[in-house]
Amino acid sequence: MSKEELDARSMKALMTIASAWYDQMTAGEIPSISLPTRTKYNIEYDDASEVWKYGDKESLRTAATAKSATHLLKMAYVIGFVKQQLIENRSSTLREMYYISEGWKRAKFGAQDESNFLVEDLEIISDVPREGFHLRPEENGASIYGPMRIREPTRRGLKLIHCQDDVGSAGYSIPNNVENLELVDHDAKFVIAMETGGMYDRLIENGFDEEHNAILLHLKGQPARSTRRLLNRISQTWNLPILVFTDGDPWSYRIYASVAYGAIKSAHMSEILATPKAQFLGLQPSDIRDYNLPSDKLSDKDVEALNAELTDPRFATEYWKKQINLQLELGLKSEQQAFAARGLDFVTKKYLPARLTEMGVI
Amino acid sequence: MVLAEELAKQQRSISVAEFFEKNKHLLGFDSPTRGVITTIKEAVDNALDACEEAQVLPDIYISIKKTGPEVFRIIVEDNGPGIVPAQVPFVFGKLLYGSRFHQIRQTRGQQGIGISAAVLYAQLTSGLPAVVISRTGAKEPAHRFEILIKIETNEPDIISEQPFEWDRIHGTRVQIEFKSTMSAKKKLLEYLRYTSVVNPHARFRVELDDEAFTFERVSQEVIACPVAIQPHPHGIEFGQLKRMAAASEEKLIDFLVNGFSRVGKKTAQEMCDKAGLKPALKVKGLGTEELKNLLAAMQSVAVPAPPTTQCLSPIGEDLIRRGLDKEFQMDFVAARTRPSSVYSGHPFVVEAAIGYGGKLPPEGNATILRFANRVPLMYQQGACAVTECVSNVNWKSYNISQQGLPLGPVLILVHVASTNVPFTSESKDAIASIPEIEKEIVLALQDLGRELKTFLSRRDRNKLAEDRARAVCAVIPEIAAKVSEIVEKPLVDTTPIEGRLMHKLIAKKWTTAGSVTIEVNNYTSSDVEISVYDISTDNAAGADMPPAFSTEMDGQFTKVWKMAIPKHTVWRVTYPGKGGGMLDIRGIEDNKKMVVDLDV
Repeated sequence: MSKEELDARSMKALMTIASAWYDQMTAGEIPSISLPTRTKYNIEYDDASEVWKYGDKESLRTAATAKSATHLLKMAYVIGFVKQQLIENRSSTLREMYYISEGWKRAKFGAQDESNFLVEDLEIISDVPREGFHLRPEENGASIYGPMRIREPTRRGLKLIHCQDDVGSAGYSIPNNVENLELVDHDAKFVIAMETGGMYDRLIENGFDEEHNAILLHLKGQPARSTRRLLNRISQTWNLPILVFTDGDPWSYRIYASVAYGAIKSAHMSEILATPKAQFLGLQPSDIRDYNLPSDKLSDKDVEALNAELTDPRFATEYWKKQINLQLELGLKSEQQAFAARGLDFVTKKYLPARLTEMGVI
Repeated sequence: MVLAEELAKQQRSISVAEFFEKNKHLLGFDSPTRGVITTIKEAVDNALDACEEAQVLPDIYISIKKTGPEVFRIIVEDNGPGIVPAQVPFVFGKLLYGSRFHQIRQTRGQQGIGISAAVLYAQLTSGLPAVVISRTGAKEPAHRFEILIKIETNEPDIISEQPFEWDRIHGTRVQIEFKSTMSAKKKLLEYLRYTSVVNPHARFRVELDDEAFTFERVSQEVIACPVAIQPHPHGIEFGQLKRMAAASEEKLIDFLVNGFSRVGKKTAQEMCDKAGLKPALKVKGLGTEELKNLLAAMQSVAVPAPPTTQCLSPIGEDLIRRGLDKEFQMDFVAARTRPSSVYSGHPFVVEAAIGYGGKLPPEGNATILRFANRVPLMYQQGACAVTECVSNVNWKSYNISQQGLPLGPVLILVHVASTNVPFTSESKDAIASIPEIEKEIVLALQDLGRELKTFLSRRDRNKLAEDRARAVCAVIPEIAAKVSEIVEKPLVDTTPIEGRLMHKLIAKKWTTAGSVTIEVNNYTSSDVEISVYDISTDNAAGADMPPAFSTEMDGQFTKVWKMAIPKHTVWRVTYPGKGGGMLDIRGIEDNKKMVVDLDV
């Protein structure tokens, strides 16, 4: 979707909300709005798109109490603010909007969580991603490196970038808004998305991308929306295998799950943010055993998290059951860089080729 | 053989004083801190019991003064009937000497250990004798004693005895000096406060070093002194029966009728028949086997519960409420006195009260006040059946959060009154788990919980209505302004929403750019005649409608407007000022009006 199309769609959606309130009040009714309930109990698996989305439980927010009226008032202020941004073709970060709300008197936000949550509410109601509201997240995007070319509209004009030849050793920085990014062409066989910067650097340094025609991507922990959106687009556009390489602990499996199946917080956008075809590469609990990797003992919290994952529908496959149970049995966890114990080349020369062959990727 | 003889040389009897010297903790003297509280508690218990017996309103003076390093002098003085001089040494200088041990009625003290134990403790730690002054009436002179206890024999050791000039006409003053600390000062004051809650007819004056406190009485009524009753056939044990029988000259049937409560001729005959004993037999001559049969028969025959009105003295719902109101400022108090009941032949009454809000700590565990026979229980809360019962009630169903104990600004009072309160130990800190008593406590608490829930939901409803008024009167107009701006259409008028929803008289006050506006909308279906009271630092000079009158006090101006407002119309006044203060509408029922300060 072009920027102009997105802007028009955003403006229309916002005006629809405001007009509905105007009509309600003209008719002598208390203004209200209805929203899907945003809890894990209202998340359903959508067979068609293979991602997790909000179910049909809805809650009606009526301005009948001071608290909910104030919530609607804040939403009205945000709508007014976004409308102004669209007209003036400006953008701001979520944090900036939080500070701007200082001048909104009763509609002022108490904490940034509140404004973030409200923007998510607006995304859900309007079916427009917040990029459409010209609202940027705070954190910088992750980086990507490999044989692919993209075209990015920048402040200095349209730029064509090759993600190996035209970038430094840290790779191409993924911008906050990847909607305008054009995926031009590529020469890759697969994509490896990595949890840690250490592993990302290791693969670049060892020339893994050139040797295997791989696109490397640094997730930077729990990946930002734009990172997940880009993976989704690469998967959709080029139909490349996406492999997720994380540490071998329960929290890292959740990083994989948010890439592959979507997160509860953004379930309204799972279709464009999740990559159902993404496969888990490692580090697998069985690797800890098979490669006798240096490891740490599982903490009580880890065990609790693993047990929670055993009942999580997103992990309800034979593969995950086997691996999680094995890990509980071993009582151990390992970081992906633990492979370095076998030498700096072990991961690129031995582990990854073996694992990718086993998965049928190479 | 040799060993046994060796051992025999060491074996000798132990006096009760010696025993308690070694086992101070059994009496509540486990630490110097506790010693003070226990001593005062014992002296105050005695004083209150004595005043009750003499039917006087207790006026009790308590003084605690430091006299040396770690040495404290404790004085407790009452206006009770006094003690005849011949008895004074025994009451204070002999353990297990008392007037109430053999009686079946509700009293604070029972075994006659308490105060003499304090004397013993003083003697052990400071070596000083207890000083007792007592006077039994205007015609009698007061006597002053200095008393110690002969530990080996548990007999009083009178150091001195002399007549004394005393300004009190009757009463007792005891002065005990021992090694202690005042680190439990807070707990001590708590103890006195709680004591005054359940003894609303008593006045306590306290001098703590240089500080003075008074816990005033709220009731001028002397409480009726409980009358002793005979033992109940279901609450007696073999040994006691054997002793009673041995001391009796009566025939079996008369012995049963006269010696036990609630046993009539018919019941006595039934007991004799069941035991296979002739009613005309002399009880004195009965053998062990026959007495055993008799006891079994007595306990298998149905006997009405022992009488409770005379031997128990519950505080009463009204006095509990007044006692609590006096010491704790709360938003809500309810009290319950349960019908009397019986466990193992001992009559008892459970009373409870619940308080909410006010100055109670808003967070943390509820405050729990436990009492037995009008005496506060200060220690071992965790081991007490009362605490257990409080935890077992499901407070969540009364809208009180709970984590074991209920949480929040809640106060729970439980009073167990009985001829024989089942304590877990001699130090009388905790009530033992007796199912009959626990059941009564839980029932009382549930009953009060329901009452509290009603209060809370009414309060929440009022809050909700106010909250709604604020939304409709203050926030919705702002939404309207913003939304109208966004859609670029004329400003929506939201007064129809207000009128439709509120059906009330709505008074609004707001300040914009140095101008205060008060607006009263009559959304009711009738005309009203009201007064508007507006109290703030503004004098309302220059109001477009001058007030009917205006008065000043301490820089606060009270402005009053009187007017009639026909239904569905608006009255409005504007004056230059800063706003703030408070607004009130008089002349209309509370549930038909709503006052909203839009500046807040």
